Amino acid sequence: MAKVEKCSCGTDEEGLLERLTEIINTLKDKPGALIPVLQATQSLFGFIPQEAILKISEMLNEPLSKVYGVITFYSFFSLKPRGKYVIRVCLGTACYVQGANEILTALKQQLSVEIGETTPDKLFTLDVGRCFGACGLAPVIMVNDDVHQWVKPSDVKKILGTYSRRKVVNKEEE
Amino acid sequence: MEDTIKNTHSIKNAEELNALQSKLTSSKEFNSEKIYICAGGGCIASGSMKVKDAFVKQIAESKLNGTIEVMETGCLGPCALGPVVVIGKDDTFYQSVRAQDVKDIIENHLVGGQVVPHLLHLVGDTRVAKKSELPFYKNQDKKVLRNCGKINPVKIEDYIACGGYQALSKALSSMTAETVINEVTASGLRGRGGAGFPTGTKWGFARKYQDDEKYILCNADEGDPGAFMDRSILEGDPHSVIEGMAIGAFAIGSSQGYVYVRAEYPLAVERLQIAIDQARAYGLLGHHIFGTAFNFDLEIRKGSGAFVCGEETALITSIEGNRGEPRPRPPFPAEKGLWNKPTVLNNVETFSNIPLLINQGGLKFAETGTDKSKGTKIFALAGTVNISGLVEVPVGTPLRKLVYDIGGGISTGKPYKAAQIGGPSGGCIPAEHLDVPLDYESLNKLGAIMGSGGLIVMDESSCMVDVARFFLEFVQDESCGKCVPCREGTARMKQIVDRICQGQGQMSDLDELERLAGTVTNASLCGLGQTAPNPVLSTLRHFKDEYIEHIRDKKCRTAVCKDLIVFEILDACNGCQSCKKVCPVEAIHGEKKQHHIINTDLCIRCGLCLSTCKFDAIVKY
Repeated sequence: MAKVEKCSCGTDEEGLLERLTEIINTLKDKPGALIPVLQATQSLFGFIPQEAILKISEMLNEPLSKVYGVITFYSFFSLKPRGKYVIRVCLGTACYVQGANEILTALKQQLSVEIGETTPDKLFTLDVGRCFGACGLAPVIMVNDDVHQWVKPSDVKKILGTYSRRKVVNKEEE
Repeated sequence: MEDTIKNTHSIKNAEELNALQSKLTSSKEFNSEKIYICAGGGCIASGSMKVKDAFVKQIAESKLNGTIEVMETGCLGPCALGPVVVIGKDDTFYQSVRAQDVKDIIENHLVGGQVVPHLLHLVGDTRVAKKSELPFYKNQDKKVLRNCGKINPVKIEDYIACGGYQALSKALSSMTAETVINEVTASGLRGRGGAGFPTGTKWGFARKYQDDEKYILCNADEGDPGAFMDRSILEGDPHSVIEGMAIGAFAIGSSQGYVYVRAEYPLAVERLQIAIDQARAYGLLGHHIFGTAFNFDLEIRKGSGAFVCGEETALITSIEGNRGEPRPRPPFPAEKGLWNKPTVLNNVETFSNIPLLINQGGLKFAETGTDKSKGTKIFALAGTVNISGLVEVPVGTPLRKLVYDIGGGISTGKPYKAAQIGGPSGGCIPAEHLDVPLDYESLNKLGAIMGSGGLIVMDESSCMVDVARFFLEFVQDESCGKCVPCREGTARMKQIVDRICQGQGQMSDLDELERLAGTVTNASLCGLGQTAPNPVLSTLRHFKDEYIEHIRDKKCRTAVCKDLIVFEILDACNGCQSCKKVCPVEAIHGEKKQHHIINTDLCIRCGLCLSTCKFDAIVKY
């Protein structure tokens, strides 16, 4: 794990920008390429940095204002760096009537952040979602791609713990 | 998976497809004994992959090695009972299976021939072993979900063995575009995305307009909270959607399709991509399909988290690479859609109906359902019901049957209060209308809509004013902001309902809400705004007394609306002081070992005292 993170295949900003250039080159002839390019950028950097916006605008020949407009329209794109783990509390109907709001409150208290904010250690970002299609298991929260089901406010501490411990383990490996 | 693709060759005609199907159905693999493990999103979240690994490992180590296949399937339905396992040879249904139960199942059941009682489903006091005898399955009619739970969604061979791509073969070899459209029209199939527009008519319009290219789009941007049927079809039987789209493309004269899948469904995207690659490898997508002049290919476009993109013109604008804002109609997409070319957009479930419809013929298809609404409908049953999950019933089935016979009744033991159907565009159905047939017309009469099929059951503990507020917040958040009635109208409506929830409402607010709702409905640009007031109107219609209680008596009978809640410490208090210590605003007073008191003026209703008290001495009402 640690090895992968340290390899020289371009995890620094410049390396990532180079990879972005390659990605844009493969996608740019597709009709309507802007959104697939932005999706690739978001997963590459974890957010959409200013340098990337400039590059996308130039290479796709789209005005900066349009690129920015599209980024801010869709909730999956973020202009700010996000935490290693993005926690999304489902506020869909099924989860809502089963008490999702109380889970959100508990998470806010535990992490001391509001919706959309990231903890100072850059570990967790708190966000909300509108239905993950796991209504049969409501209420649910997603931490990155993991779904946690039937969550109670009292479970929150334990769930967060499993992720913050992972960080410690990773560090030891390094 | 790569291996299977390498070894395939294009299917050039109907005979080759038939030959492949009979070869597959007579294969050892197809006829081997199977253990079906649900790999739907819900069961995976419940840990079904660990169960699968345990089965694979332990069977390999047992004497059964090589005699039984462990198969991952699409959603089996009852998400709440997951992880779900079905033993193929005797149709035994096991629920809530953990990895540590696998040893029991193998030793006692597969080897010993005795079912494992504690993993069976309980109906009353009896444990039911057979899947087909479970009330959850017995009362359903699985047509669109025919393959979900029977085939491996990432193996095209499984789909072909079960008769897959026969409908496409039939359409291309023995039908014309017109006869395909006639069959779809005759079937009475209506769009399953919510509005219920006749599919055959839509295809007919797009066929009529001539252009050098036409597009066929699949709407898999299933944004309605509480709906997960499209997700389950894409995850469980992706080829049925591809086949339906190919038939649609043939009918309207298109050679390029797009599936717009929401970003929240990574597994659906993954499985659909595998399915597309496999279909290409067999020549079922690409050039000269079945040796004819028909060319068709498909691409996935992922959504980026905007609810409005489920609206057809917004979805089109989004594929074009723009902000997903709707545009005025006419011109309708059938005339000028994607890149201004004639375009048909249908929902996942609609496409999944098509192969079935073509195979059996439109008139046969029309035998199921009601006078005006044909076929079956998939509902996502959730909320306070015992077995939440995915169910398919003939259109027109009474709501009561879904909630009680299939869903097993209310999980909390409290009385049924309402079912919310149709998401943010829909409404609530109260107890006195539990026998309403679930079809487009009957639901409209009650102020709800069929919608995409999300059905959320609520018991007495849900506040209907708060439910209305919830949906207003949702549409306010998701309104794209392009037109004023939707952007501003829903904001004002939310302001009023907020005020009512805070105990600051006036009786005149109720008239004002209805008046505003009329404006938003009539003047909004797209379906999102036009239907946004529905949750408010339907709760006002069926639960007006609750609104009045909030306004006149400053009371929320369900203790959901925070500002109207009162916390009180009962005589059972022994003065342990733990509530006093956790209260963030020092609203609790009392000496050690003496009865404590909450100062309601200071209390912020956070509920910490209630969850801290170990002696059940605090109540809220």
